[in-house]
Amino acid sequence: MAGWIDRLSGRQPQSKDQAKERLKLVLINDRTDLTTSQLEQMKNELLVVIARYVDIDPDTVRIMMETDGREQRLTAEIPLKPIRHRR
Amino acid sequence: MAARIITVTSGKGGVGKTTTTANLAVALAMANQKVVCLDADIGLRNLDVVLGLENRIVYDVVDVVEGRCRVRQAMIRDKRLPELYLIPAAQTRDKSAVSPSDMIRLCEELSSEVDFILIDSPAGIERGFKNALAAADTVLVVTNPEVSAVRDADRIIGLVEAEEKGPAKLILNRMNFGMVKRGDMLAPEDILDLLAIELIGIVPEDEHVLISTNRGMPVALDPTSRAGIAFHNISRRLQGETVPFMDMDEKSSFFSKLGKLFGPGGN
Repeated sequence: MAGWIDRLSGRQPQSKDQAKERLKLVLINDRTDLTTSQLEQMKNELLVVIARYVDIDPDTVRIMMETDGREQRLTAEIPLKPIRHRR
Repeated sequence: MAARIITVTSGKGGVGKTTTTANLAVALAMANQKVVCLDADIGLRNLDVVLGLENRIVYDVVDVVEGRCRVRQAMIRDKRLPELYLIPAAQTRDKSAVSPSDMIRLCEELSSEVDFILIDSPAGIERGFKNALAAADTVLVVTNPEVSAVRDADRIIGLVEAEEKGPAKLILNRMNFGMVKRGDMLAPEDILDLLAIELIGIVPEDEHVLISTNRGMPVALDPTSRAGIAFHNISRRLQGETVPFMDMDEKSSFFSKLGKLFGPGGN
């Protein structure tokens, strides 16, 4: 009740939305046995390996943990830079 | 005919496993099913007090397993209902007194005598949980609309799958629809979205649960209370009926469920 003015002004999200967001991340960690920082580290290492073979812009790469029912899926979207033909 | 063997579990303690087991047993027995409930929480028995049968215990499940009595002798009959029995847990032993294969043997022996065997699992994911799961053909996971309970439910659902006892079905206990409406409680849709399993019941928060437990009269014995109706609905779903879930509007839900319970085709 106390937070309704905050909510109307958009300052604080509903507590159930915060609960759901937090749970989403916790469940990913629990199901994969990976902590958030391990996940970050894995992404960074993947980027390094990929960059060794193809030309990429790290800012455009999206590596995500997706949830499909009770399964977790690691997906990656990696735009490749066009090959510049050297003379 | 072989009995349905249903295990009620949760991971987290205090979410209402024992209350759920007791009330489903009562609701099934009120629907003329022959039911035995088995307390698998050895060392911390409570199904006896929730059912109001604590003064009638002579033998317990460990006595049966260790051969000090026959199964029949450990089955306490609830005199309020035609065919409801309790096999209590031992209070002064620990979980290692019973093994998963003991549970399977015991349930096999009971299976020809009753329609339903309801097993109340202890909290946690160790031996007691494994015991409770061993004989199950259906697993019901009880959770509350709060982060810790939902997280533990997810872990338990995964373990039930790993033991090839899944997919488990979910009971949402202690839903407060007023708080859901204000956005201060995870809604059933949110929890189902996170856990991705089938829902079998929503039990509203209802002070009648505590009051009836104080008296040793499970709330399902009073089929006019909201929680009582919810447990009867779950019991009907377990028997294969399609029963709509309680909606957010407390009053209309209350009266429509009441109407269904006593109306034609109800119960």
